[in-house]
Amino acid sequence: MQRRDFLATGTAAAGALAMPRVARAQDSRVLRFVPQANLSSLDAIAGTQYVVRNASLLVWDTLYGVDSKLDPKPQMAEGHEVSADFKDWTFRLRPGLTFHDGAPVLARDVVASLNRWMVRDTMGQRIKATLDAMEAVDDRTVRLRLNKPFPKMLFALGKNNAPVAEIMPERIAKTDPFQLITEYVGSGPMRFKKDEWVPGSRAVFERFADYQPRPEPGEWLSGGKRMNFDRIEWLILPDDATKAAALQNGEVDWWENPIPDLVPLLRGNRNISLDIADPLGNVGSFRINHLHPPFNDVRVRRAVMMALSQEDYMRAVVGDDEALWKPLPSFFTPGTPVYTEEGGDLLKGPRRYDEAKRLLAEAGYKGEKIVLCVATDVQITKAQGDVTADLLKKIGMNVDYQALDWGTVGARRAKKDPPSQGGWNIFHTWHAGADCINPAPYTAFDAGGDKAWFGWPKSDAVQAGIAAWYDAPDLAAEKAAMAAVNRAAMDFVTYLPTGFFLQYQAWRKNVTGVVKAPFPVFWGVQKT
Amino acid sequence: MLAYLLRRVVATIPVMAVVALFVFSLLYIAPGDPAAIIAGDQASPADVERIRAGLGLDRPFLVRFGEWLWHVLNGDLGTSIFTNLPVAQLIGQRLEPTISLMVLTLILSVGIAVPMGVVAAWNHGTWIDRFIMIFAVFGFSVPVFVVGYLLAYVFALQLEWFPVQGYTPLARGLGPWLSNLVLPAVALGGVYIALIARITRATMLEVLGQDYIRTAKAKGVGSRSILFLHALKNAAVPIVTVIGLGVALLIGGAVVTESVFAIPGLGRLVVDAILRRDYPVIQGVVLLFSFTYVLVNLGVDLLYSLFDPRIRL
Repeated sequence: MQRRDFLATGTAAAGALAMPRVARAQDSRVLRFVPQANLSSLDAIAGTQYVVRNASLLVWDTLYGVDSKLDPKPQMAEGHEVSADFKDWTFRLRPGLTFHDGAPVLARDVVASLNRWMVRDTMGQRIKATLDAMEAVDDRTVRLRLNKPFPKMLFALGKNNAPVAEIMPERIAKTDPFQLITEYVGSGPMRFKKDEWVPGSRAVFERFADYQPRPEPGEWLSGGKRMNFDRIEWLILPDDATKAAALQNGEVDWWENPIPDLVPLLRGNRNISLDIADPLGNVGSFRINHLHPPFNDVRVRRAVMMALSQEDYMRAVVGDDEALWKPLPSFFTPGTPVYTEEGGDLLKGPRRYDEAKRLLAEAGYKGEKIVLCVATDVQITKAQGDVTADLLKKIGMNVDYQALDWGTVGARRAKKDPPSQGGWNIFHTWHAGADCINPAPYTAFDAGGDKAWFGWPKSDAVQAGIAAWYDAPDLAAEKAAMAAVNRAAMDFVTYLPTGFFLQYQAWRKNVTGVVKAPFPVFWGVQKT
Repeated sequence: MLAYLLRRVVATIPVMAVVALFVFSLLYIAPGDPAAIIAGDQASPADVERIRAGLGLDRPFLVRFGEWLWHVLNGDLGTSIFTNLPVAQLIGQRLEPTISLMVLTLILSVGIAVPMGVVAAWNHGTWIDRFIMIFAVFGFSVPVFVVGYLLAYVFALQLEWFPVQGYTPLARGLGPWLSNLVLPAVALGGVYIALIARITRATMLEVLGQDYIRTAKAKGVGSRSILFLHALKNAAVPIVTVIGLGVALLIGGAVVTESVFAIPGLGRLVVDAILRRDYPVIQGVVLLFSFTYVLVNLGVDLLYSLFDPRIRL
């Protein structure tokens, strides 16, 4: 071969390889979406990870679904009848609903699905505790008889917090609620393509042609879930820089949660739109262990609270973008119908370091080691952990900063042993604002001692407040109950909210119809 | 030869058994809890405990190890804790991208590094030698992910010649397959090229100083023949050894490269599994990596006799 032939062949080969804009998401009927995390399961009852919940909402449908005002609207249900005392509930399914395997959706599927859901969901558990009977009256009618009023039934059945009350075929719903299901058959707008699933890389959903959308416009979990795509591909890209590059390059259409560091880069691209992802945002959490000194003394918890600067935490989490955070002198999600700041004064105003030191001394704190478990592989927990280490040092506490990964923190936080024997004093996490709208879905707010979330806070006043909220028959009573329970939890310092923060979502400009919601809403989205 | 091969293959069994025990023990004592991850952040401690019991993670070490070993001996690597899919299926899905990446990197690296080392040795002390060695130092020093990002920025984002991420199976055509793999292979190959080039140069320098080379030169044999027919063959044994050892380097580098370019390979599978404590997947992939490494070493030993007839197997 002559040298010039060699060069010519090489150039031609390079040209063939360098196909411009390879694998672009050009097909308007295919949406390529980058989710917040790897999708390793689709069972949103056995596992409550948000990413699993988000995927499951494509595959399964619910009897009721909340709209953007968090009002539950009929979804699979045609409607309901309820007795005046809120004890007898009867639901009738819409006609023509079918599962992805072609079988009709029957009342007995609903009964089995709700039975499984009630074991895992906090609201479901309350229903189950007062349930005299739940039966399929006929193929389309389900009746629940309770021995105590439960006015929040529709919200429980339609809420978007995991576990969502999704309806699956009876044979699948009979799976132990603590074990993952292996068959993904729902009646939702998309069918899961298990044969194309490469966990950790790709999950594919295909439009379910027999889906029966409601006639109303789709809004969050309510209304007609009309799909404009034949196929939705979830691409799991492990690296944030790669996600940003793929979005800029047009290889993906929509990125659920770009990190703050990359937002300026994406903002500078004329082909990309950016907006707040979830208007209900997130609540940062400084979780304390109530079982062991020094945090078993409320004075120590209050001392930390009066020194805690939410601004420091939020700037560490989201950077300098003022639109992404706000102070939160409350445990609940701001902007929601029953939000209250009652009792949140300790989190307001200038930070009181000297007073905190005095209170610590009064409580008898003598420099014992504080075990701070920080998941350094998760940016939000790492940022909060660093601020906490600094804060505790400022008020004279002796911090043992333990840098761990999230998998280890997840296991460590379940240990009730003393911190010196493998237990812990503090770890950080955050709660989706959708979970903090009221006490029902708010596992971390419970103060039931041994049965409470990690840290095992025990406060009768908080528990009484939660019960009062459940029993509230109308909005006014609900608001009063919320104010009381927030004050009780603030006085008791169940945990320390580190602020309220939002995150962005980003998508290509040829994609329209993307809305703000606590989960990615695919119905109504279009691509040109 | 056949007896030697059989002996070596049988010898892999105790090696694999030790690896299996070691990996299982490490995972057993490692902190972390897959049940907590499955349950999600909002789950109660009691829920996590129920899931753990359901997965059988509360059973004693020996029971779990015995059960796992029995399944492995029966050809069953177990089921992923998270996906409920067989580990063998998960590995099967990831095998082609990783093998593709490693083979292409190997071809690229050997094809570039050996001639580089030979040329450097032949031009010992000149600017060509220095230039090649500077390149080698650069290849060693710059982390794979930095090279990966730079390549992606220039060739994918700016020039738009290649895609940023993903993998296309070979069955869909050589062009698409290569277009997804060129950048990752170049990124991953940097260290490997540097390593092989340096070893080739050093070995060639040693060989080129020997009497028979001087004799060949005195007889008027051409430079190309001296380099590639006389010298390189005799320098091949250390080079092949380094190439074999470098497979371990490739496995490590593949983990990073697969993450940067989002290639659904075994490296990412095992990293994801480690982060989530998906024990059966970790054990399965580590066993596979160990077995591969043992096989590569066996292949290297066989190649010794090919290049140097004095070595008897």
